[in-house]
Formats: sequence, C-alpha cells, structure tokens
Amino acid sequence: MAIEAPEPIRIDIASAIKNAILTAVVACALFLPLIGFKTTTDIRNELVLETRFPLLLIFVTLATAGSLFVSLVIGPWRAHRLQRAPREEPWVPPAIARRIAPYSLGFVLIYPALVLLITGFQGGIKWIDNFGIQILIYVMLGFGLNIVVGLAGLLDLGYVAFYAVGSYSYALLAKTFGFSFYLLLPLAGILSAFWGILLGFPVLRLRGDYLAIVTLAFGEIIRLVLINWVPVTNGYAGISGIPRPTFFGIPFTAGDGGFASVFGLEFSPIYRTIFLYYLILGLVLLTAFVTTRLRRLPIGRAWEALREDEIACRSLGINTTNTKLTAFALGAMFAGFAGSFFAARQGFISPESFTFLESATILSIVVLGGMGSQVGVAIAAIAMIGGTEILRELDFLKDWFGNDFDPTQYRMLVFGMAMVLIMILRPRGLIATRAPSVFLRERKAISSTLVKEGRG
Amino acid sequence: MEVFVQQLINGITLGSIYGLIAIGYTMVFGIIGMVNFAHGDVFMVSAFIALVTLLLVTTWLGIGSIALALLIVLIVAMVLTSVLNWTIERLAYRPLRGSFRLAPLISAIGMSIFLMNFVQVAQGPRNKSVPPLVQGEFVLMENNGFQVTLSYKQLIIWGITGLLLVAFWYVVTKTALGRAQRACEQDQKMAALLGIDVDRTISITFIIGAALAAVAGTMYLIHYGVVSFADGFTPGVKAFTAAVLGGIGSLPGAVIGGLLIGLIETMWSAYFSIDYKDVAAFSILAITLIFLPQGILGRPDVEKV
Repeated sequence: MAIEAPEPIRIDIASAIKNAILTAVVACALFLPLIGFKTTTDIRNELVLETRFPLLLIFVTLATAGSLFVSLVIGPWRAHRLQRAPREEPWVPPAIARRIAPYSLGFVLIYPALVLLITGFQGGIKWIDNFGIQILIYVMLGFGLNIVVGLAGLLDLGYVAFYAVGSYSYALLAKTFGFSFYLLLPLAGILSAFWGILLGFPVLRLRGDYLAIVTLAFGEIIRLVLINWVPVTNGYAGISGIPRPTFFGIPFTAGDGGFASVFGLEFSPIYRTIFLYYLILGLVLLTAFVTTRLRRLPIGRAWEALREDEIACRSLGINTTNTKLTAFALGAMFAGFAGSFFAARQGFISPESFTFLESATILSIVVLGGMGSQVGVAIAAIAMIGGTEILRELDFLKDWFGNDFDPTQYRMLVFGMAMVLIMILRPRGLIATRAPSVFLRERKAISSTLVKEGRG
Repeated sequence: MEVFVQQLINGITLGSIYGLIAIGYTMVFGIIGMVNFAHGDVFMVSAFIALVTLLLVTTWLGIGSIALALLIVLIVAMVLTSVLNWTIERLAYRPLRGSFRLAPLISAIGMSIFLMNFVQVAQGPRNKSVPPLVQGEFVLMENNGFQVTLSYKQLIIWGITGLLLVAFWYVVTKTALGRAQRACEQDQKMAALLGIDVDRTISITFIIGAALAAVAGTMYLIHYGVVSFADGFTPGVKAFTAAVLGGIGSLPGAVIGGLLIGLIETMWSAYFSIDYKDVAAFSILAITLIFLPQGILGRPDVEKV
C-alpha cells in the first residue's frame, strides 16, 4: 500500500478570527456579572457592588487569546497528527507500561527514606504525610471502587458512605471500648461490607443512572445521619481524641515505653508518620493483590462478564444477584479499611470529610485512570491528589501576584478544570490498554475501547 | 389542618423551584442520555447573576418599580445563564459525544466543582443576602391565632412557574423545534438523516434547560433572599431526585416529581423532624425506585440483546 504524502494543513485565518470574536463576546457576557462586579458588604451590612473592569478585561483577553491559540495552533496540530496516524496508538509504550509497576513499587518502598535524605527530619513529615499517606489513601479507595465500577460495571456515586462507616466504626469502637487498631481494622472492614450488602440488596433491580442516583442518595443519607445523630456521632463537631495506632503494642509517645525510648532513639513525631506510611502502603498492596487474584477466580470473571453483558451472564447461569452483591461488599470492605486507617491517622473525624465531593474525587480517579486498570488508578491518584496538594506549596506565586494571592483557594478550581480537560483529551482514561484476565497462551494488551463499561 | 394547608402552600413553592431545575436534568438526559451534574451549579450561578443584576438595577439605575426590576432581572438571568450553559456544553460535553457513558459524567462533575469554586473565588465565600423585595401576604385562614398565609412572593413564584411551564410545553409539543428535539431523543441518527441539525438541537436543549434553571435561581433568590456558592449542590441533587422520581426523560414527570419532593420535604419538616427532611426525601426516592424502577411517568427500559 502506497503511503500518500500528507496534505499541507491549511490554516483558516478568517474562521479563526470569527471564533475569536465570538469567544470575546461570550466571555464578556459570562464574566461581566461574576468578574466585572463583586458583591461586598458595606459598613451598614448591606450588599453593594464593586466594579472590577480591569480584571474583566484580562479575563476576556485571555479567553480570546485561548480561542486563537486553539484554532491556529492546536487545531492544525491535531489535524496533522490525525493524518499521520489515523489509528490510536498506545499512549505509553507497552515496554514501559510493563515495567511501571515494579519500578514504582520500589520507589514507594524507599520514598520515606528519600524524603528524609532530601529534607531532613523537620521538613519530612509534611512530604510523607500530605503526599505519601494522602495519595495512598486515595489509591486504596480507588482500588476499592475499581472493583465496583471498573470490574463489575456498577456505577456507584456514594462510595464515600462506606469510607465514613469504616471511619466512624473505628472511632466509636476505639473510644468507647478501647479496642486496638489491629482488631478494629478488620472489624471496620466487615461492618462496611455489611453496609455494602445492605445497600446492594434493594438496588439490585436498578440499572445505570437509577443505580447511580440511589447510591448518591445513600451516601447523602449516611452523611446527614452522621450530622444529625448528635448523641452518637457528635454531629458537625465530629469525634476527636481517637486513639492512634501503636507499633504492635508500643505507642508512639514521648515518655518511657514509647516507641522512641524502646528502640533507643530520640523522640520525634516522624516515626509515627513513617509507620503510618508503611501501614497504608501495606493495605494498598493487599488491596491490589487481592483484586488481582480475585480477577482470576470465578467470581472475578463473573464480575467482568457482568460488565460486558448482563443478559448473556444470566443465560449462562451466573447468579447476577450474588455477583453484584459480592462486588458491592468487597468494594465497601476496602473502603472500610481505608476509613478506619483515616480515622486512626487523623485522630479526628467529622462529617465534613465524607461529602459527595469525596465520592466524586474517588470516582474521577477510577475513570481518569482508565477503568479497571490498577496502574492507571495509581497514576490518576498521584496526578489529581498530589497535583492539587502541590498547589499548597507554591509560595513563589505570591511573589508574582502579590501577597494577597493564596494558591490554596484555587486548589479545587484547578481540580475541576483538570477533570474536564483530562476527560476531553483522554476520554478512556490515562491507561488505555487492558490486560485481559483470561487468555490463550499469551497475555496481549487490548485497547480499552473494546472493554464495555456495564449498565448495571 | 391549618399547618397542613400552610405546608401545602410552602411545599408547592419549593416544589416549583425543584421542578424547574428538574426539567433541565430530564431534558438533557432524554436527548443525550447524560446526567448533567453541573446543572445544580448552573442554577446557583444563575442566582448570582440575578443577584448582581438586581443590585445593578435597583441601586445603580435606580429603577423603583419592583415589577419592572424583577422582569429585567429575570430576563438578564435567563439570557446569561443560557449563554453559560451553551458554552459549557460546547467546551465540556460536545467533544465527548459518542464517547463512553462515564466520560461526560466525569466531565460534568468536574464542571460542577469548577463552577462552585469559581463563584467562591470570584464572589467570596460568604452568604449574600438581599433585603426582601416583595412583602405582604394574604391571610387565607385563621384559627386560634394560627394564620395560614400566602405571601405575594409565593404567588409570584407560582405565577411565573406556571406561565413558563405553559410556554415551555407549547415549545416542546407544538413547534418545529420541539418536534426536532423529540425526534433527536428517539433516534439521533435517523433525525440527522431527515435533515435535523442534531448538534444545534442539543445546544438548544441545554439553553432551554438553563433558562428554566435561571428562573428557578431568580425565584430562589426572591424567596430565600440569600445565596451562597455552595447552594447549587443540594437543590441540584434534589431536582435530579425529582427528575428520577417522575421518570427521567419525561417532562411532566419532572414537574410532578419536583412538586412531590417539595411537598415531602415541607410535610416532613412540619410533622416529623426538620433535621431529617433531606433523609426523608432521599429515602422516599430509594423506596420509589425499588418498587417503581422507571419512576412515575417514565417509559420502561427495554433490554435488548
């Protein structure tokens, strides 16, 4: 087959200018009320308007420039790429993709040591806690939700409810009865799994978006009960003074019998942080391992079959009720583990931590990572959580925009924008290939466009 | 009895607001099968647009007539919110059309987070309250000192909602535009083959949904007199609940669902506990769906192999 010479790409200046003018008009209309005016309260406590027309001008100019950039640079570039390679190539070459998992495992194992080498004892806590532990919690939640959404194809918008059940189970049982973390961790998982089954039973008949809305409602119900059931949950104020996990019985306290004195070290809060890091890392690896093994068991294959075609599943005699319930229960169980770890790490929990935004974040991590791909979920968690966490550290922006500029304000703004952008650029998620769990002789990566998403 | 009538009046008022938002959800779902999660936040932005316009009209331009001011606010909010939703559809959803089902959902959730935080950054996190615009009320019943009242603003909300629903019903059932819209709902490919501009029809659907949400936003501002950046989520979820309850994809269903959710909420607050009113609304949603999975007026979902 002869390869045709690519046609030169024409740049349509006239339509680019037309688009830019349209963008400018629309941007004017949109930004005028929200950017052009600011509502503030004056001395008499009445709302008054302030004008910010210079800022409005900046926004409109930026939007217009953006439109010109898209039609003059991005558009031709994409057309050029489409001409050269009409088929979608894997984004990450398979040779690298195969090595991602072992190398990154090595990296996360030595991550605390690396941090300590670079920042020393004082600065290290922040990097291990805010980045390491925080991201790993979301990786774990992502793996758990991946079972429900990615493998079984059931859209769950209230996943954070199980996370909340795990957290409150640990907090209440540990505070009331003084049980240890290692007893309550599995217990919280089991309790969450029960809630998963409890939710699973009634919603089994629902499909698609109906399932999504009921799970969303369930998540909200749990949160509202946590807020309003003050005698037990202490409402908005939350539960504080939750016992922290010990090093297999040795507490991380300063005095005699504490971790530092037993091991003859100088006391520092960083030992606890490092221990928590390895604890959550262990939980994440456990989740990943269990999920990978489950995929090869009949139940895991049934999940994936359910996602691909529910009617065919039923015709082949698979019990779809049990299949869906186990997916819900196992997903919920991992959320329960993560929840009890979260409560133990924070020492304080309140319903604020379990809003719909959390469910949306976890779901977006699963979808952005490419549903069903564990490496993808991990990468998406690092990008979304680490990426927005890092905005807290960008103090140099203050030098550019003045001292009033607070980058943390823009954290969720950037987060929302990133979700939209990643979806537009890579609707199938960051990792676009899947390794099938059942194969003949050789495991070949297949494109994720061949994988269905389920209607359950 | 008096409490019941009063709560009925309040419930219908709240329900009209939910119903107006629910139409936006149900129309978009009907035509492209997507849950437009950002719709609740579009409603919130429309309330802010109404707030700014109201301040502009009353304090800067000095228009004294409340009816005229309300009309201007309503029209400006409807136009600007329509432009907003058109832009959102263009930027965040159209590139994902034909992609798999979860992609637009995630994009919409991202848009919702973006809008909420954009308003928070641009207008500040505090509640914005306006002085009551319309005062006065009718006393309908009186018994042992308990008055059942119907305030003018509730009457205005009923009137405008009713009027717009009739206009909207006319557009959807009697005009060429409405026919095109219903055709796209049934079969986009066939509609395109018959010369209907599907992209344009979908854009118009988003515009109509936004215009109705803007009416709801303006009503919300008049009724409660206060709005904050976080006010989009809960009404949004409840309106979505209303759409599902009424049967998603069905327009009368959305209105009925909205009224039902409004009534359930106000009745529950009056007779049981106000803290658990949202729990009641969501529980009733879950129970309805379990026994009536298609909603009240929805078409049954046919499973095909």
